[in-house]
Amino acid sequence: MKRAGFTSRWLPILLLVPQLAIIAVFFYWPAIYAVQSSFYLQDPFGFGSTFVGMANYTDLIGNAEYLKIATFTLIFTLLVTFFSLTLALLLAVKADNVIRGAKTYRTLLMWVYAVAPPVAGFIGLIMFNQSWGPLTDLARSIGWEFRLGVNFNDTATAMVIVSVWKQVPVNFIFFLSGLQSIPRSVREAALIDNRSATRRFWDVTFPLLAPTGFFLLIINITYALFDTFGIVDTLVKGEPGNNPMTLVYKVYVDGFRGNDLGGSSAQSVVLMVLVLALTIFQFRLVERRIHYT
Amino acid sequence: MTDNKKSRSRRIKWGRVLDHTVLIAGSLFMLIPLLVVLQTTTTTDVATIKFGPQLAVGDQFFPNLMKAMFKASGFSGQNTGTSMLINSMILGLGFALGKIVIGMMAAYALVYFRLRFATLAFWLIFTTLLLPLEVRILPSYEVAQKLGLLNTYTGLIVPLIASATATFFFRQYFRSVPEELVEAARIDGAGPVKFFVDILVPLSRTMIAAMFIIMFVYGWNQYLWPTMITTEEGMYTLVRGIKQITQDLEGTNIPEYGRANMLALIAILPPVAVVIFFQSWFVKGLTESDK
Repeated sequence: MKRAGFTSRWLPILLLVPQLAIIAVFFYWPAIYAVQSSFYLQDPFGFGSTFVGMANYTDLIGNAEYLKIATFTLIFTLLVTFFSLTLALLLAVKADNVIRGAKTYRTLLMWVYAVAPPVAGFIGLIMFNQSWGPLTDLARSIGWEFRLGVNFNDTATAMVIVSVWKQVPVNFIFFLSGLQSIPRSVREAALIDNRSATRRFWDVTFPLLAPTGFFLLIINITYALFDTFGIVDTLVKGEPGNNPMTLVYKVYVDGFRGNDLGGSSAQSVVLMVLVLALTIFQFRLVERRIHYT
Repeated sequence: MTDNKKSRSRRIKWGRVLDHTVLIAGSLFMLIPLLVVLQTTTTTDVATIKFGPQLAVGDQFFPNLMKAMFKASGFSGQNTGTSMLINSMILGLGFALGKIVIGMMAAYALVYFRLRFATLAFWLIFTTLLLPLEVRILPSYEVAQKLGLLNTYTGLIVPLIASATATFFFRQYFRSVPEELVEAARIDGAGPVKFFVDILVPLSRTMIAAMFIIMFVYGWNQYLWPTMITTEEGMYTLVRGIKQITQDLEGTNIPEYGRANMLALIAILPPVAVVIFFQSWFVKGLTESDK
């Protein structure tokens, strides 16, 4: 960086202090605290804690319930990512094609971005209402007795549908802006070379969109892992019971409801490692291999 | 030949029809849930329970609106729609403002000054992008509790600011500002403060607006942190109150669908309106900040 800078000594420090102070208190302190308490066992009545080494971690590995939740989270993440990416890509390609009504479609397809996840979950509760929900009626018409909050698979299905509904707009916005940044000359050249729209899409457009796609892949995985908390919480009405839940929800249930600070912290640390791995993967592999500009 | 032409034009038309069909289906997929919620805000609760959502619009919109804004659920009677709306506004605006001011200051220091510990500061700040609040939620709560921040606006807003998204965004933007500008300003005798206030901030107006929209929506839609930090009903935001609204639907009395759906609608409207009205800025900010 060869930027000609100012040479004042105290001003930059003064400018950085608010940011650094806030992240020190509300980021580094909690993060270190989480790592530290993951090695301790909290007394259930609040009388101090005992050092237990790796016990909280080994407990996790041997815990059948935790493994079940991890498996569910994996499947949930895969489904949400797959469906929200493909649906959004389809819609973006079509929205890029049309001229008439383009702006209206764009607005209609992206406003859900601004809906909060728990509110999306609440709308899910209405749509899947046991006695008159439109989607329950729809399921019933094909002989599927949909029971949200009672049947494990039905609740999981509702979670996936609501999460996809909430995520399609973000992917749509990025795909559309990716499509619109493909130069006109490239499109015209492709048009001359190949008359089949399908072939043009797979041979030209799709590879050009790959960087956007990989970027969105990471965004969607992070979304499914973390941001769906509000959706899960409202759809199970705050009562986990026998319902499906994600790993982040489990951190909350164990730590905040069950007062198991050590176990919950160990789970937090596991998730931190997972996010770090994802981010490093994004920076290293994806950025290096797929680069078309 | 005319035959050939005709068939080609017909084929193109069919392609268009397919495009529009897919787009209309997608739009309906997005829109119908909102219409269902909207319809149930216009009927009585009894009608909703008996018939479910109908096609006809009812006449109960204003009674339901009154109930939503002024009636409280819970014990203290403080979490009326009005109070939750005010809290949501404070959270959304406070968060957006705080994030932008702090982010711009830090980004300015990182880009325009020669600092000995610049690399260290950079890494300290940008590591925060890696770990979302959700994974360190419990220790963050403990820290906030130790500092006595439960049920305060400071406790609600400041910990959420502890990530570097805005800083990163402005750093990228400042680096794309032509270097000649600083040199010209320095030759003309402008100091760092004057350059920032008189040149850089006016130049970044669009970027600030875009960031403000994204951050307002992000802050307004926060759920987990407000759920933990606010236990007093007078401090609830709309999004945080949604859980209590759903629990009301489970009550022994007649579930108040009209009021609950109206509150959900009020929670949706402001951020959606902002995103729709400032669409081009918002899209620009979103696609440029995350790349």
